[in-house]
Amino acid sequence: MVTVKVTETTSAAAVTQPSPSASPPILAAQDLTIRYGEKPAVVSVNVAIPENRITAIIGPSGCGKSTLLRAFNRMNDYIPEARIDGGVTYRGRDLYAENVDPVEVRRRIGMVFQKPNPFPKSIAKNISWGPAINGFRGDERLLVEEALKKAVLWDEVKDRLNESANALSGGQQQRLCIARALAMEPDVILMDEPCSALDPVSTARIEDLMYELKHLYTIVIVTHNMQQAARVSDFTAFLDAGRLVEFGETEQVFTTPKDKRTEDYVAGRFG
Amino acid sequence: MTRWSDRFPDNLRARRIKARIFRIGCSVLTWLSVALLAVLIYHVTRAGIGWLDWQFLNSFWSRRVTEAGIKAGLLGTLWLVSITAVLAIPIGVAAAVYLEEFGGRSRVNRFLDINISNLAGVPSIVYGLLGLALFVRWCQLGSSLLAGGMTLALLVLPVVIIASREAILAVPKSIRLAAFAIGATRWQTVRYHVLPAAAPGIMTGIILSLSRAIGEAAPIIIVGGATMIFFTPEGPMDEFTALPLQIYNWTTDPKQQFQELAAAGILVLLCVLLLMNASAVYIRNRAQKSRPW
Repeated sequence: MVTVKVTETTSAAAVTQPSPSASPPILAAQDLTIRYGEKPAVVSVNVAIPENRITAIIGPSGCGKSTLLRAFNRMNDYIPEARIDGGVTYRGRDLYAENVDPVEVRRRIGMVFQKPNPFPKSIAKNISWGPAINGFRGDERLLVEEALKKAVLWDEVKDRLNESANALSGGQQQRLCIARALAMEPDVILMDEPCSALDPVSTARIEDLMYELKHLYTIVIVTHNMQQAARVSDFTAFLDAGRLVEFGETEQVFTTPKDKRTEDYVAGRFG
Repeated sequence: MTRWSDRFPDNLRARRIKARIFRIGCSVLTWLSVALLAVLIYHVTRAGIGWLDWQFLNSFWSRRVTEAGIKAGLLGTLWLVSITAVLAIPIGVAAAVYLEEFGGRSRVNRFLDINISNLAGVPSIVYGLLGLALFVRWCQLGSSLLAGGMTLALLVLPVVIIASREAILAVPKSIRLAAFAIGATRWQTVRYHVLPAAAPGIMTGIILSLSRAIGEAAPIIIVGGATMIFFTPEGPMDEFTALPLQIYNWTTDPKQQFQELAAAGILVLLCVLLLMNASAVYIRNRAQKSRPW
């Protein structure tokens, strides 16, 4: 079980702001520390995720990127030994407060995983199940069509909506997973290395898709791939050994990094 | 083959031979067990097939060989298996779901865990004694089908629970996370994704456990299944007999012809078992089609 200690004060001013031009933060971590057993995975991280932008989290393997990402929609609840200190706020509300239902959190903050994980059901059912269990009232077929169109998958699957999602290619499956998240009309979409299991063509399509979606949603993406971070994101956070080393506009982080470690990493000298 | 390095001496031949020995050993053991079963079925069939007719299936117990039949035993067994299935399947699956999905790793749950594993190894006669004390006497159900079915349900429950837990555990975690990530509760995730995906494995456990229940004689004797029953059971509170009991009874008779009747009874038992398993396998395979990982 996750034990939660939340700091009383959650003033936004204490949080690292990327730049004055940024939109207001939708998600913010305050002095966030996450341990697995005794081993800390994320250490005292302060970061504010701006709304309707793509924020990339980069860093070497095992630096805590995915752990940090999972803290934003309480998916760490399912890692029994994970312990969280500090706070995460979503539109100013503490996500780990007693009266917050994690189901409600995940209903608003969707997630796309590293390996495509469609349900072993039909393509249409993959999209419609989430809304259905969350009490969706409306035209299910329209909802499926809308979500698949947003994920630029509609034209490829419109004639086989009732066939198994497992028959799709890896890239199609991942776009289906994105469509599944979009069907919930989420506020934020968290993506945990969404392209690492995909070929370059599929990767390019997902990147295009993210670009399309960022006007409607806030996207936080964890990636191994620095070119990807540079291509798609507006802001970049660099994590090393669980600590936030640098956070700023992507162009600044990649061209004029303030920290030596960031410079070495983005130049490909380690990691 | 040429040697390109002294640090890798050529051992391929030896490895190939080891692999072949292992393969041959495995196939010999496989065929040995199949052969034993074939010999058993051959002997039983040769002895019993002559007695297997409608008269045998449709008659009650009798001192006279030509008039003896297994009607009461066959119907009793069908009743028993049905009662056992109705009780053991929902309770067993529910227990497995609780232990895997909701229980967590508390000390109470680990205690339950160890106990269930141990219960699977308890001799069936002990369950018979438990059934006698608990259901027949204390619950005052008497030597009824219900008491027998409940006893058999207790007997197979650990197997159902363990098999169901394994099946639930084998469902990829990524499917659960996918459901949680779109705002599903634990129960919705279990109900719509975990249980359907685990169904084939759970079915296997159910097949194995009901097959065991159908062949048990010892606990049925203890809870008081009779041999000389001259009516067909009408309801769960009726007295009863079962196929294994009749078979056992005939095998203890010195007359050669009763031995042959026992063989015929075994054939009927095997047929019931095969029919039951075939239908379960059919259901399982249909469920498996929708699980292509």
